[in-house]
Amino acid sequence: MTMMANPGADVQPVETISVTIDGITVDVPKGTLVIRAAEQLGIGVPRFCDHPLLEPVAACRMCLVEIEGQGKPQPSCAIACTDGMVVRTQNSSQMAQDAQAGVMEFLLINHPLDCPVCDKGGECPLQNQAMTAGAADTRFDGAKRLFEKPINVSAQVLLDRERCVSCARCTRFADEIAGDPFITLLDRGAQQQVGTSDEEAFDSYFSGNTIQICPVGALTSANYRFRARPFDLVSTPTVCEHCASGCNLRTDHRRHKIMRRLAWDNPYVNEEWNCDKGRFAFTYTQAERITHPMVRGEDGQLRVASWPHALAVAADGLKRANGNVGVLAGGRLTVEDAYAYSRFARVALGTDDIDFRNRVATDEELQFLAHAVVATQGVTYADLEKAPFVLLVAFEPEDESPIVFLRLRKAVRGCTKVATVAPFASAGSQKLSASVIAAKPGDEASAVAGIAGDVVAALSQPGAVILVGERAAHAQGTLSAVAALAGKTGASLAWIPRRAGERGALEVGAVAGLLPGGRPIGDDSARAQVAGVWGNENLPTVAGRTGEQIVAAAAVGDVAALVIAGVDPIDSASPLLFEQALHSDAFIVSFETRHSAVTEAADVVFPVAMVTEKQGSFVNWEGRVQNFAAVTHTTTVLSDARVLADLATAMGVSSFPSTVTALRREMQLLGAHAGTRAVAPTFAAAAGGDGVRLASWHELLDAGVMQEGEPYLAATARPVVARISTATAAAFGLADGDEATIEANGASLDISVAVTAGMVDGCVWLPSNAPDCNPSAMLSVRAGDRVSVSRKAGA
Amino acid sequence: MTMGQTTGLTPVLSAHWDEPDSYTIAGYRRHGGYDAVAKAFAMGPDAVITTVKDSGLRGRGGAGFPTGLKWSFVPQNDGKPHYLVINADESEPGACKDIPLLLANPHSLVEGIIIASYAIRANHAFIYLRGEVPHVFRRINAAVREAYAAGMLGKNIAGTGFDLDVVVHAGAGAYICGEETALLDSLEGRRGQPRLKPPFPAVAGLYASPTVVNNVETIANIPYIINGGVDWFRSFGTEKSPGFKLYAVSGHVNRPGIYEAPLGITMRELLEHAGGVRNGHKVKFWLPGGSSVPMLIEEHLDLPLTYEAMAEAGTMLGTGTPMVFDETTSVVRAVTGWLKFYKHESCGKCTPCREGTWFITDLLKRFEAGTGKAEQLDVLNSLCGQIAGRSFCALGDAAATPFPAAMKYFRDEFLTGTTTPADAVFDPAKSMMLPVVTR
Repeated sequence: MTMMANPGADVQPVETISVTIDGITVDVPKGTLVIRAAEQLGIGVPRFCDHPLLEPVAACRMCLVEIEGQGKPQPSCAIACTDGMVVRTQNSSQMAQDAQAGVMEFLLINHPLDCPVCDKGGECPLQNQAMTAGAADTRFDGAKRLFEKPINVSAQVLLDRERCVSCARCTRFADEIAGDPFITLLDRGAQQQVGTSDEEAFDSYFSGNTIQICPVGALTSANYRFRARPFDLVSTPTVCEHCASGCNLRTDHRRHKIMRRLAWDNPYVNEEWNCDKGRFAFTYTQAERITHPMVRGEDGQLRVASWPHALAVAADGLKRANGNVGVLAGGRLTVEDAYAYSRFARVALGTDDIDFRNRVATDEELQFLAHAVVATQGVTYADLEKAPFVLLVAFEPEDESPIVFLRLRKAVRGCTKVATVAPFASAGSQKLSASVIAAKPGDEASAVAGIAGDVVAALSQPGAVILVGERAAHAQGTLSAVAALAGKTGASLAWIPRRAGERGALEVGAVAGLLPGGRPIGDDSARAQVAGVWGNENLPTVAGRTGEQIVAAAAVGDVAALVIAGVDPIDSASPLLFEQALHSDAFIVSFETRHSAVTEAADVVFPVAMVTEKQGSFVNWEGRVQNFAAVTHTTTVLSDARVLADLATAMGVSSFPSTVTALRREMQLLGAHAGTRAVAPTFAAAAGGDGVRLASWHELLDAGVMQEGEPYLAATARPVVARISTATAAAFGLADGDEATIEANGASLDISVAVTAGMVDGCVWLPSNAPDCNPSAMLSVRAGDRVSVSRKAGA
Repeated sequence: MTMGQTTGLTPVLSAHWDEPDSYTIAGYRRHGGYDAVAKAFAMGPDAVITTVKDSGLRGRGGAGFPTGLKWSFVPQNDGKPHYLVINADESEPGACKDIPLLLANPHSLVEGIIIASYAIRANHAFIYLRGEVPHVFRRINAAVREAYAAGMLGKNIAGTGFDLDVVVHAGAGAYICGEETALLDSLEGRRGQPRLKPPFPAVAGLYASPTVVNNVETIANIPYIINGGVDWFRSFGTEKSPGFKLYAVSGHVNRPGIYEAPLGITMRELLEHAGGVRNGHKVKFWLPGGSSVPMLIEEHLDLPLTYEAMAEAGTMLGTGTPMVFDETTSVVRAVTGWLKFYKHESCGKCTPCREGTWFITDLLKRFEAGTGKAEQLDVLNSLCGQIAGRSFCALGDAAATPFPAAMKYFRDEFLTGTTTPADAVFDPAKSMMLPVVTR
């Protein structure tokens, strides 16, 4: 499998200059700010407004230092070093020390000094600075400035204006990084305050970062406010489980209860940011859990059972299936667990019918992944940042991989140009100033195939990138066209799935036809390598069924047993067929954390550990492997891999690895496939059907089960609307804000209309899984299918 | 170079203000108005810049930066649009010279704008006027309309192929918008707060393009310099402060008003022109140019009003609008009043100004009320030191100016403020210039 230590860490030689700080001379790249040069020497100049990823403002004046030749102290956060510059910080200059002490005194006169009840107390830069270098007592005994507090700048973010030191980190973040300038500084003098417009709240997908970078306790989150003190928390470095961006996080728990999550620093991946879903959506891990194995009795009731009994029943049922077993492994497993399913399917069940793709997932996609994705070291975040041109195909970065979005925005603030194959310019695309290559849903393949002229020239530039999303599988021929376009232009190609576990599951062969490391199952020597490591000569030799095929077969009773892990039926390609499969005669073994539609129908249910309760790793879209440790340690929950090992033993398979260490050792031993890769797919472009077609993708914040229990976060989601072009709306007599009824397959849903200028005619866009709007589950349609639109009766 | 005339009144900008139509294009043209435009066009832009440089004209907005030098910083042939922005946001306490000039002789500004724009290769000029003076807004708009009608603005001015559009913009009443970069932010539609420099406006100013920001009076001088020539201009004032100035004398004088006189005139002579200190009173303290410059006392009346002499005396010429206070004035009350102004007008961007003006005002109010403590005078002194030279822009420095200067001459009066309210020592009614109406 792909192992990337630090891709993107290639260093270009740069022109350096020499600067002396506190008597120590150091060479720094030209353009380095004085405060950064000091950091390189381990000299910390105190600062509040300065942030290495934001433009300097020199507003707080805390970082004043003495620069030789300058009569006045200078803000080190805003002054670039010049060759031969001599700087004296507070460590060696009375001028700097006095200047900083003066600013410190001023910062505290209007500050409430309510540290004992402030969320930031204990990890507060202002408090730390006051304690290290501030005066013991105050000379100010006047009346402090008062504000009503707290006020909501969004449902999730609360503002205490009295604590604010007007550093403008939050407003600069919103403007410069997220591109959501919904907060700004208002009023003036000591009355200056952060505020929102009357019309719009701070509903940014990235709003939580402002809380984290606030150098005081002015911004707090609704879900953490007054819940814990920093010094009571135990912190664990983790990796976000929500999407394929691969954000490094810090998860804080107090007595085994997770209190909050923060973005952690990884300059190669998420820099210092994350999205609000990654930050706030963790309460699901602490919801009501399945705590014991359960077995369905003769009477059809699911009852708690002992582990040995449950394992025996499951082993018996799976053995009786005699290889006609499908494994639906979900896209959210850790690499180690996915590997265990991959190995379990081939070794214990004797089947290649396994798929991690619980969504529209085609043979074309599988061939594309085998050709262009698995076991490659491809595009990195750093590559995006310096790409001259990026083409997005069936991919909405802000919704589907928010850190990719942030990095693209950073790139666009430089020189990068972005184009997107989409039915309209989404909010995210607009923030990327992306030009839209209009594609009606279902016609993406011909839209990509038809790309010519300027776009081909742009893609032919060195460093150009094509990013294709998992939704490309919806329209046959799209991935073939994308592969052809990349081949023709030489552009780098990256595939960005939505779920955190998909790339890892692909790498370890949790999909039909591919063994770990991208080895084709039909390739005798490749298979022999795996057989050697696994100690089993009887691996399947032909590619099995895809997830969609397994479900379809099970629905008509052609599958004897199913192993289902971490799958939500409503995400599947066809929730209707999935339900039929669950109610077929197949023997179902479910690996779950919480009760679901699957456990309702299962014959044996094994409780497994949440991602926070186990050690593991995720592979992000770049192919970067990132390990993480367990946050909380609970002896009663086991990882999927551990249960599978026990189950394998119960089935008579010996030597099945059960620990993360053992699993990683095996994976390492296997490495990546070195032989011939699959050829690029060449599927013909499907012709889109008649009538109004459905366009749809998952918005970042929606009704996903992993966002349960976090109402503040949910309240910042975008309004649930159907998007429709001006002409199409007019054709149906619909105006902006009208209620429309969308119908298909004899079912319907009502939704308000947002007329979207510039959108492709003849289609309607719906969010894939918003509250009360899931076209797949409610109307049995997928993107590209025909729907009918009408004004809501009586509206 | 020799010293020019430094005494007597020398009306140039204000020469015809007493004519009923001085503000119209006809009234302006009667005295050679718009002749300088043709002359400048004949000279070529670089020669205009050289002439202004040679004239030694210094910015009349307060800082006294050499105007020609400022123009020469604008990069040429850079492919970007250039802008001229007129700072007409006259907001300094005590300053009232640009507003009368705009009322009485707006065309001198318009003509100056044409010449300056031509010199710096700008095709767009903006006049940023403080928003509280709608009558001036109307008048300057009328003057611009007249200039358009006369073909002095618009496309192909006077057949030279030079295009210039002038936009008059009214601010919304913020002192900070007189700071040139805050003014540019405000003009761009943002909240007026000073920008980080560098880049300086000459390189990246309005809409990130090279921009010259000049005061009204500075630009109104230009036509006269082009017409009269360098030697004529230098026949007024001193070598380092050549030319003449609109001195707006206010306060306890018999005839407050605008007196146009050479730079280098003494305050004592200027006082004579203004009818002297009001009868029966004598000078207690005076400020050469607005509340932002340190105060002087009677012994300084014979100093020449030049940039260099004022700097030597520890103050600044500033806007050149002297405020005179007689012995009925409480210096504590005056300083407290100014600080209230700075506190109210602090933009909030940087800590020293935002918080320092809050703290200082809080303490000063106690001295005004007679409840100060002697040791708080040291606190006040150190607070001013914590602002001066450490704030983001000059507004912070300005706010830190009045108290230390007042302490230099009137420490005892502040000590009185530890026991006695200022009003008990200095009856406010006595320092009023108008008779007090009793009901």
